Amino acid sequence: MSREVHSGPTDATQARGTPYSGDPDGGEGAAPPRLDKLPLDSWHRARGGRMVPFAGYEMPVQYEGIIAEHLWTRENAGLFDVSHMGQLLVHGRGADGALEKLMPGDFIAAPDMKPKYSLLLDEDGGIIDDLMATRRGEDFYVVVNGATKFGDIQVMENRLPGEVVVDYMKEQALLALQGPRAAEVLETIVPGVAELSFMEARPFDWRGQSLWISRSGYTGEDGFEISVPASAAAELADEITANELAKPIGLGARDSLRLEAGLPLYGHDLDLKTTPVMAGLTFAINKRRRAEGGFPGAIRILAELENGPPQKRVGFDVEGRQPVREGALVLDGEGNEVGKITSGGFSPSLQRPIAMGYVAAGLAEVGTGLKLEQRGKLFDARVAAMPFVPHRYHRKGAA
Amino acid sequence: MSLYFTKEHEWIRVDGNSATVGITDHAQEALGDIVFVEVPSPGREFKKGEEAAVVESVKAASDVYSPISGSVIEGNQAIADDPALVNRDPEGEGWFFKIEVKNASELDGLMDDNAYREWVKTL
Repeated sequence: MSREVHSGPTDATQARGTPYSGDPDGGEGAAPPRLDKLPLDSWHRARGGRMVPFAGYEMPVQYEGIIAEHLWTRENAGLFDVSHMGQLLVHGRGADGALEKLMPGDFIAAPDMKPKYSLLLDEDGGIIDDLMATRRGEDFYVVVNGATKFGDIQVMENRLPGEVVVDYMKEQALLALQGPRAAEVLETIVPGVAELSFMEARPFDWRGQSLWISRSGYTGEDGFEISVPASAAAELADEITANELAKPIGLGARDSLRLEAGLPLYGHDLDLKTTPVMAGLTFAINKRRRAEGGFPGAIRILAELENGPPQKRVGFDVEGRQPVREGALVLDGEGNEVGKITSGGFSPSLQRPIAMGYVAAGLAEVGTGLKLEQRGKLFDARVAAMPFVPHRYHRKGAA
Repeated sequence: MSLYFTKEHEWIRVDGNSATVGITDHAQEALGDIVFVEVPSPGREFKKGEEAAVVESVKAASDVYSPISGSVIEGNQAIADDPALVNRDPEGEGWFFKIEVKNASELDGLMDDNAYREWVKTL
């Protein structure tokens, strides 16, 4: 059996091209990168986590198996260690206005304690990273992808004025508890969290520690992201998983969950060659910012908003049972290359292959029949509405 | 009947002029949840080391090589219909294909059961 592995890595945080393998060796033949350990490293190993190189860390790709972990999260509550992600605090006079020079979000009018999705852009409107930013008074708490965090800090430090400072909160771990029973589980440990609505955050006290908890995540399910001092992370993870509704979940299921939810992954579905308009992320640019511009690549991005982008990010339903993965080509009826697959795999919830990618805008309509080419083999596919599996966020007034 | 193993984690069970080929327990464990299998049709000819079947898990796609040269007698339809059978019983019901033994000397140099299990421990 070959060790050839086609599918990319598993999470928002890994740069394109880094070897991944289902094998514990993880990418045989590649120069071994220097890997850091997460605060919960021994916690994962003690629970049977299979550790693989990821975003510069050794991280658990799975414990009992990707499909079982995926389905558990859709039905109960899954605990993810996402401590590799970068937690930053941007502070100093005029931080909100200064961030608007780097990103197309509305930071000036951003209300307190409401996480907002935004994008760090280069001068051509290409995406340097996608992130969540939450106003805390004058400051902003920003969570960026793991594989890109040091580059992001560099970009911010170079482009922010001197009085606005970026602190990397490396002493903090980040846990995500996701799934329809996440609120029930966390409420017993941190009373009050169930009162948060989707995309709300605030500080909580837990055993004398300060936690920052937001109701958010990247699985399409209800859930929470918990910033906890690294020294207390294992104790908190123990307490969460002491509840039989909560199990630790690896990177493998994190990737299949976010793909079913139609959520793009940086380094795969988003990169410097894609703009927010191509990626279908225009919700992150509000009316004022569209009217005023003033963010990197504004000329191109506003023109794409006006006239439409050349390519669009879409979902695909793939005929048959064989997964079509990142790197496959998208062909039109005449065999012309009209796009490429940026994420693809087997959907545990739907029990069939699904994929995400870019196609020429004229072929992006849901239902359009196209061919996918992988290793010389053609697959029938149809442009599909995303998410593939409906989101079940906890919105105000909805529950 | 004798059982041999390759460094590519295939097993081959030889019975007279025919042999059955599959992937080892170590291989299925490393792949994780198997979701797709493609097995060869009867009559296909393979040289030793040629790609003969495809196995894909949630995260990985791999080729299965033919450990010997010969003509395929049968592909296992049961694993094409239920790929998870390879996870459940990789060295039994989850076999991939049966192939004729054309040149028994090609089996020289393959590992036996003990040698393979010892070698896997060193990986």
